[in-house]
Amino acid sequence: MKIAWTLLGAALLLPPFLPISEYTLHILILVLLWAFVYTAWTIMGRFGLVSLGHGAFLGLGTYATALLWNHWGLTPWLGLPLGIATAVLVALVIGYPCSRFKVVGHYFALVTLALTEVVRLSIVAWRDVTGGSLGMTPDLVPANSLMALQFTRITWYWVALGVWAVGLVIWHRVDRSMTRSAMDAISDDETAAAAVGIDVTRQKLTVTIISAALTALGGGLIGQYQMYLNPETMAGVGVSLQIVFAAISGGMYVILGPTVGAVLTIVLQEFLRVLFGTHFIGAAPTIYGIMLILFIIFMPTGICGVVAERMRRKRA
Amino acid sequence: MDIFLLEAVVNGILLGGVLALLALGLNLIFGVIDVVWIAYAELVMCGMYAIYWLYAVHGVPLFLAAPMAIVFVAILGMLVHKLIISPILGSAPINQLLATGGLLFFLQSFATLLFGADFRNIGLRLPIIEIGDLFISFARLMAFSVALLGMVVLWLFLKRTYVGTAIRAIAQDREIMVLMGVDPKRVYLITSALGGGLAGLASALLVLQYDVHPFIGLSFGPITFMICVLGGLGSMIGGFVAAFIMSQIISVGGFYTSIELSYVLAFLLFIVMIFVRPQGLFGVKS
Repeated sequence: MKIAWTLLGAALLLPPFLPISEYTLHILILVLLWAFVYTAWTIMGRFGLVSLGHGAFLGLGTYATALLWNHWGLTPWLGLPLGIATAVLVALVIGYPCSRFKVVGHYFALVTLALTEVVRLSIVAWRDVTGGSLGMTPDLVPANSLMALQFTRITWYWVALGVWAVGLVIWHRVDRSMTRSAMDAISDDETAAAAVGIDVTRQKLTVTIISAALTALGGGLIGQYQMYLNPETMAGVGVSLQIVFAAISGGMYVILGPTVGAVLTIVLQEFLRVLFGTHFIGAAPTIYGIMLILFIIFMPTGICGVVAERMRRKRA
Repeated sequence: MDIFLLEAVVNGILLGGVLALLALGLNLIFGVIDVVWIAYAELVMCGMYAIYWLYAVHGVPLFLAAPMAIVFVAILGMLVHKLIISPILGSAPINQLLATGGLLFFLQSFATLLFGADFRNIGLRLPIIEIGDLFISFARLMAFSVALLGMVVLWLFLKRTYVGTAIRAIAQDREIMVLMGVDPKRVYLITSALGGGLAGLASALLVLQYDVHPFIGLSFGPITFMICVLGGLGSMIGGFVAAFIMSQIISVGGFYTSIELSYVLAFLLFIVMIFVRPQGLFGVKS
């Protein structure tokens, strides 16, 4: 196992030194950044807290960073933490009553769905400042400005790789913590868990806050990398479902699952785009949609979940 | 009262009719089968495209195209249940919600493949009715009346027929009804067809007022779920009242602020309500 991780790590250090196209590097950066967001989602999603509200956290992170930069000239080094703080605050305001009033399952999904729409519609409604549905572009400065958090593509690769690795470390830490055991017990039977002395609300809020904060950070960075923000692609139901699906198809119970989900969805999308060009707009999500249905019916633990299960059986 | 405000109120009431119809269909499926079809509004989109295709492209008269679309969406509803829901009926409820989420992506993009992302209009001009200074669109008035009629028919069906009674019984107690000789599989299938049929009816009413495009489902899908939960599961009256509350917030709120902010208001109300009264307006606490 250690060898596999070392090999993966070494392989990921190579791309900037290889003669690959800007386009390939771009895809790699996108995969890493989105994989970070998907990983963040699974930190709460794997415990049955299926949130359709991560579009809200993503949107808050991105827009807070870009708006503060454009309107007040505040560096993303302050904008990002402010965006994260806002996302955490919103997560608390929604998460605390959800836990206290036992809003779970369908109801939790619908409350978070409403939340994500609130954020998207607020961004659209505040069009004088945010640019509304047309989206906005952070003010450009010459590249590789640490202050403005605007880099060349190669630098971005290192940033994305670092952030992604940090995401995995956090996932691993949560996976090995008491919180994980507590959350497993809670997702099995909340009343029983409370009866043995687990502070249900506290545990739920812990994973919710971690997940929301990382998602907002990922959103802020994606906005900074793409240099274009749009409420439809950075907030709202669409991106929320995209996050959930990528995490599930990759496998949310395994550390690399969300990353595999990101590779799968982004590469498939790009592949079909290159293959069909603009002739069959919609071909990629059509295949994607069918795949998701099949995954949930036949492979609910995702690709990595099935692989991990196979490996375990072989060893036994 | 300001005439424009009055118009907003009237439009809100008229919109409420169609929203109530949609929420009713979803409520039926949610209450009986205990699944959330996230793609419910996308079924409506399919119905709207069916009517557009039949009427505007092939010249089928509207009074024939509408029933055909209703049957088409009803069959779609049965297929959704047969192919997607029933294989995973036993697994975690959230999986069923997510599987229909996959369907949402599929239907949206399939519609884009077939029809492109353009806004399509069936090109029918319906008259505007003038009452005093008040202008009311005939299409909206008709949609409202037909939606009410549809709900009454459904209510009679559920109350007066054997199958209807079985459906209501299953919604109340899944385990016991099997012992009473009700086949839940059949009831689920009929319920799915009914839910689909209601979506089809809604699509026939909506296509008269709105342009159809692949993403139209997203504009009234979420609000339908909110109404359904706000009214209380299994409570038809609750869903009905909730639809009119939400439609007034959207219509009158939109009059005072902007349409986006009025939706924000509606969603915030939903979030607060689910904390204060999770069983819904007229639901019974379980």
